[in-house]
Amino acid sequence: MTETSTPPVVTVTNLIKQFGRFAALRGVTAEFSGGKLYAILGDNGAGKTTLLRTLAGLNNPSSGEIAILGSRKFHSICQQVGYMAHPSLLYDEMSGLENLQYFAQLYGITNSARCSEVIRAVGLDPDLVRPIGQYSQGMKQRMSLARALLNDPKILLLDEPFSNVDLHSAAEMVRLLTGLRDQGKTIFVVTHQAALLEGAADEFIWMEYGNIVERTRDFKRDPKRELKT
Amino acid sequence: MSPPTGIARATLLKDLRLEWRSKDSINSMLFFSLLVVVVFSFSFDPTAEESRQIAGGLIWVAFLFAAVVALNQTWAREIRNQVLDAYRVSPAPANSLFLAKTLGNFIFVTVLEALMTPLFIAFYRLRALGPIWQLLLVAMLGTWALVVNGTFFAAMSLRTRSREIMLPLLLFPISIPALLAMVQATTAILNGEGARFWIVLLATYDLVFTTVCLLLFETVLNAE
Repeated sequence: MTETSTPPVVTVTNLIKQFGRFAALRGVTAEFSGGKLYAILGDNGAGKTTLLRTLAGLNNPSSGEIAILGSRKFHSICQQVGYMAHPSLLYDEMSGLENLQYFAQLYGITNSARCSEVIRAVGLDPDLVRPIGQYSQGMKQRMSLARALLNDPKILLLDEPFSNVDLHSAAEMVRLLTGLRDQGKTIFVVTHQAALLEGAADEFIWMEYGNIVERTRDFKRDPKRELKT
Repeated sequence: MSPPTGIARATLLKDLRLEWRSKDSINSMLFFSLLVVVVFSFSFDPTAEESRQIAGGLIWVAFLFAAVVALNQTWAREIRNQVLDAYRVSPAPANSLFLAKTLGNFIFVTVLEALMTPLFIAFYRLRALGPIWQLLLVAMLGTWALVVNGTFFAAMSLRTRSREIMLPLLLFPISIPALLAMVQATTAILNGEGARFWIVLLATYDLVFTTVCLLLFETVLNAE
């Protein structure tokens, strides 16, 4: 499972992640080049979210190695990574801007306009004073994406960014992501709505039973392979 | 990255803002302490002399139980929407979060003590025979002892299924030396006796446990 067109920014070697007796990742080995948009697909329980969380340094690998931007220590490159999870990772009692202003301080971002800038980039109004708890699910998802973009990361890890987002907004998000990819960022998107990324993603990564089983350029699997698995 | 103190300050201000808006911790603590004062005042009718003997224990047990309510709330906020993960993927140091949470809890419990102490004095007709500044010192050291361990063990029990039960089970046994020192010091000061030994014990306890908690917190935060 390698790709050699440009030097890899993420290298995963024989990655195993076990939760008790259950192995969520079973020896994943792959290389991912920079400046590409990867769509990670698979059924529930295939290991997509676990892979993303492990790349984000939130799960410690049971064995195997991950190198991101040449570093095996996540903390030394965490400034270069943006992570968006399925839950919003935002405080319900604060407004979007207040949330982002807090997280900006964690990254040492002193440019006060940056928070408003990323909120506008995801199509929301930075002056909205409503607390996040009163946002619609789709608005929460977009604000969550804004939080992930706050530190202008080189690598974006996005878990289900389009869930509960209306079709028009999802298309806007895809346009934003392809724009970011064109700026040289590497983007991993875990999704069940792969059709949204057709024509936008550079590669579709298919996962089954805790492993990558296929990598395709378009949103179609090799029928023989599909039958086998 | 901002300096660790800057991050601790930002996190503390964020927690104070969240508490100001929700009032989750302070309301539950106040209600609980108020209940304790009223129920005990109905149960006993002590003389001034008896009050001085029992008040130390009564006050600190009430504050200990009330503090547990606040301590559970502190981290509950962070696991709602998994916000803690956003902190973990950031370059912010773990100890900044711990210090901010501990200071936040210290402020909440101190506010509770400031509001409840006049009620205790009124209900139990308390009059201290010893110096008041020593009582204030014991209150500060005792409150820190409760919140520093409480914040640490609340973080430890964060991912357990029954964390609200787990916290007292972990916190109370480890707090026994501090609780003993708080109660003995308070009783001694109320009765006009020397409390130097208990105050030194309490200060040492605070120093040791603050150091241990700071050393271990990163491991606790990143535990799965």
